[in-house]
Amino acid sequence: MKYSANSVWESKEQYDVVVIGAGHAGCEAALAAARLGFRTIIFTVSVDSIALMPCNPNIGGSSKGHLVREVDALGGEMGKVIDRTFIQSKMLNKSKGPAVHSLRAQADKARYSSTMRQVLENQENLEIKQAEVVNILTENNRVSGIQILSGGIYYAKAVILCTGTYLKARCIYGDVSTYTGPNGLQAANYLTDSLKELGIKMYRFKTGTPARIDKRSVDFSKMEVQFGDEHVIPFSFTTNPDDVQINQVSCWLTYTNKKTHDIIKANLNRSPLFSGMIEGTGPRYCPSIEDKVVKFADKERHQVFIEPEGIDTNEMYIGGMSSSLPEDVQYAMYRTVPGLENVKIVRNAYAIEYDCIDARQLKPTLEFRNIDGLFSGGQFNGSSGYEEAAAQGLIAGINAARKLQGKECIVLDRSEAYIGVLIDDLVTKESHEPYRMMTSRAEYRLLLRQDNADQRLTKIGYEIGLISEERYQNLILKEKLIDEEIKRVSNTYVGTNEQVQILLEKYGSALLSSGTSLAELIKRPELSYDILSLIDNKRPEFPKNISDEISEQVNISIKYEGYIKRQQKQVEQFKKMEKKKIPDNFDYDNVKSLRIEAIQKLKEYRPVSIGQASRISGVSPADISVLLVYLSGISG
Amino acid sequence: MNQNSTTIAAISTAVSTSGIGIVRMSGKNAIFIADKIYKGKHNKTLSNQKSHTIHYGYIVDNGYIIDEVLIMLMKAPHTFTGEDTIEINCHGGIYVVKRILDILIKNGARPAEPGEFTKRAFLNGRLDLSQAEAVGDLISSQNEYALKSSVSQLKGNIKNKINEIRKKIIYHTAFIESALDDPEHINVDGYGKNLKKEIEKLLEDLYQLLSTCDDGRIIKEGIRTVITGKPNAGKSSLLNSLLGEERAIVTDIAGTTRDVLEEHINIQGISLNIIDTAGIRDTEDIIEKIGVDKTKSYIESADLIIYMVDASTPLDYNDENIFKMIREKKSIILLNKSDLDMIVKKEDIEKKYYELFPAKKEKNNLFDVPVIEISMKTSDGIDEIQKTLRKMFYDGKLSFNDEIYITNVRHKNALQNAYESLKRVNESIDAGMPEDFYSIDLIDAYESLGSITGETIGEDLVNEIFSKFCMGK
Repeated sequence: MKYSANSVWESKEQYDVVVIGAGHAGCEAALAAARLGFRTIIFTVSVDSIALMPCNPNIGGSSKGHLVREVDALGGEMGKVIDRTFIQSKMLNKSKGPAVHSLRAQADKARYSSTMRQVLENQENLEIKQAEVVNILTENNRVSGIQILSGGIYYAKAVILCTGTYLKARCIYGDVSTYTGPNGLQAANYLTDSLKELGIKMYRFKTGTPARIDKRSVDFSKMEVQFGDEHVIPFSFTTNPDDVQINQVSCWLTYTNKKTHDIIKANLNRSPLFSGMIEGTGPRYCPSIEDKVVKFADKERHQVFIEPEGIDTNEMYIGGMSSSLPEDVQYAMYRTVPGLENVKIVRNAYAIEYDCIDARQLKPTLEFRNIDGLFSGGQFNGSSGYEEAAAQGLIAGINAARKLQGKECIVLDRSEAYIGVLIDDLVTKESHEPYRMMTSRAEYRLLLRQDNADQRLTKIGYEIGLISEERYQNLILKEKLIDEEIKRVSNTYVGTNEQVQILLEKYGSALLSSGTSLAELIKRPELSYDILSLIDNKRPEFPKNISDEISEQVNISIKYEGYIKRQQKQVEQFKKMEKKKIPDNFDYDNVKSLRIEAIQKLKEYRPVSIGQASRISGVSPADISVLLVYLSGISG
Repeated sequence: MNQNSTTIAAISTAVSTSGIGIVRMSGKNAIFIADKIYKGKHNKTLSNQKSHTIHYGYIVDNGYIIDEVLIMLMKAPHTFTGEDTIEINCHGGIYVVKRILDILIKNGARPAEPGEFTKRAFLNGRLDLSQAEAVGDLISSQNEYALKSSVSQLKGNIKNKINEIRKKIIYHTAFIESALDDPEHINVDGYGKNLKKEIEKLLEDLYQLLSTCDDGRIIKEGIRTVITGKPNAGKSSLLNSLLGEERAIVTDIAGTTRDVLEEHINIQGISLNIIDTAGIRDTEDIIEKIGVDKTKSYIESADLIIYMVDASTPLDYNDENIFKMIREKKSIILLNKSDLDMIVKKEDIEKKYYELFPAKKEKNNLFDVPVIEISMKTSDGIDEIQKTLRKMFYDGKLSFNDEIYITNVRHKNALQNAYESLKRVNESIDAGMPEDFYSIDLIDAYESLGSITGETIGEDLVNEIFSKFCMGK
């Protein structure tokens, strides 16, 4: 739909930054820009839906937990808000290596949303405005402001698009389709055309969500209870661990069965996917239950998690059973699941289609290559998930601000942060489905742990200006204590005395025949830094609030030293290629030896470095070699 | 554009005991440096000479004559590199060639990096598209990128075998990773036990592949090819005919005995060292016997035998002897038609073969030596010989020239790396490390093997995870 205004008027206010959309990306973007001193206004179609969680009621999870930690380490808000509003928390993969430990918290959705809203409302330099943005205004390929549905024009120096799933959104189940955003919220129907007029290439993606049910209609006696962790670890490095030891709620586990699958199979012809009503591309990592049943036909059952949506509501989320089947089929299939025999559906499951962009039009800074001052983040960029959105929103907000400051934009690389992996993938790789973060996407994950996000990123956050002096000094102190302690245990030797041997025997560890260092003992799989405290008489006392963190860092650094060193070496190799920059105005047509396909791809993506170029599909190793040779010739 | 101000030099023939060696020098000062060490008749200086001329003279160092040489003088821009280029044709032998290179360096040249001549040619616009691609590959082989040309040389079995191993590796990695990404749906606890057995098998496969790598033949100019057959079967005319077809003769050296003549030729990019041997027949003549014995030893050390059969006379016990000698060798049999009637046909060769080696037939081990009918008179069949040679080469049956050796070293290193990575997976399993540590080394192995077949990881892992394992939410 193309917007035509009845009456045009201009806002008298002067803004530096406009943020469009107040979801998880928009909130981080707006807070970052405002905190860096820029006058910021955030538009949303509904102030009541600020920081809404329209799908799963949790924050974090494998690799997503890493993103939240990184957002926090850079000075973002998500971690702090979830620490104040979670109702259950778990560290996933605790029996695995530290690289894949990942925090996941069940959120009280309503409280998460209202808490974030309060943060925004009380943020200096930030205004909230309920209105649908219909136009992006530009002058000579430079963004100049936006127009809202009433015809009003707001001028700004930078604009950040965080429209999530709202652009021309359509919700579908069975043969019912409504032109709304998630939860029946108003869609934004004009902005797509304005973006297309600016030459921006749009995609149409699809995702889905399961039904919400009435807690009173569930028989929990037929399900397995799922508790949270006994000792909760906060997301934010600023949260005092004592503050998150709360009474937690439970989740529940049950399973689908043959009956469920039969009902689904018998009704596949009524699925909107089948009838062709849905055109968008759905994600493979969160398949609808119909997808799972068809694609993994030999699986006899699928897990179903029943999760509370909050403390003050009876609504529960049916994790693992998203669907776009008709309402009557939804009832029939949910009611085959043990414990859900009499289930009452409060909100139907549905699929949602929406417009988003091909993120390869963005620089790694999240600014559009062809439109100066226009940034974007979140699901609009073709990603999926609250955490992925928040991470991009934060970077887009920071970089919009840095652009106005006249400073160099921030680009985290793949060896620095999951955020770097996320954005590099988005702006480099062609994707036909919403992009989800996965631990397997991070090549150097042993270095990108959730436990060391602060050591990796808080200095950067401090330089940007989002981290306070106090927090920065605390980090410096923590790092110093860690370093000293690693040195101390490496140089502390224990003999073969009785106390030592008893301890070793207790943990099934080989007895010592001669003296060794504590560090050597920490390396044994069955021992750890904590266990050895009994024979470590000179262990120093650490500040209470970071004592656990220090122990963990010392333990990991020593225990996995060999692996960590190997990854560090790989990172050196990687950095070499990243450092080989390709000039902005590089003329690929001049490099006669490149293949035509490669020239096209390289011209389209305009990679900033040889490293990035090498990750573009369609650019062969031979092309990279030619580029290397050519560039080395230029630089002399 | 000439951003390369330095002058580079390198030995451009294979380092071997061959008769002639070439040292090449390219760059702004190439002619100036050459003049410093060149002593020609009547004190002529190269810088005054016309481009693309050859000059006889001596290389002199500190007043001592090092070698008697021919110098090719080529001025920019019409040279391979687009720069002033000097080629010194000297007497072969490792010592002399290296000595001349040292002298050039002493006088201001710098040793060229691998591929640097070609790199300069590329940068100076002297290479066409396809050539430049291959060059890029060659240069970057030090940058861990796959050699595209090497990929095309890696055909058939080895590639399939490597892909098979890669497939298994990615499957196990994907399983571990899917469990890490979705621990509530997929459980990987205790997977190390199974994995270890699988890894043992893969290690064995890799070991097998590694043992096929032959890096003992560093100093080689090409595939050692021996032409053999009874006297007057037409061996020499075949050699002449091959040489006539290809004008790319690099060296022409008399063999160590009068009975063996060695030629170096290049057939469509494949280097062959062809040795024409004395005919084989039972003989009492002492001189001739020496020649025949020599031939036998050449056959033993050959990479390829071309066995010339005179089709106008029936197969006899001399042919049987040759059959026995070449049985374990890669060979091509040529039926030379003379003006006379063809008595020996393709079928007769096969018949003879099974008659001599019945065991082979039983084992279903069929006669697979290419038999080609040729006519030296009309040159019929020469094309087919070339085609057959190419096919054998690209199928990996022949693989001993310089280029292949480079490729092999890279392949061998990659195989070695993959092997080490998989060994580390087992070490991690033995050390009781958590499962996520396995995938770090599994992926390294996958990547190393991919560098042989020219594939990068890309989205392989993510695709495998989604296609093989059901993720939740």
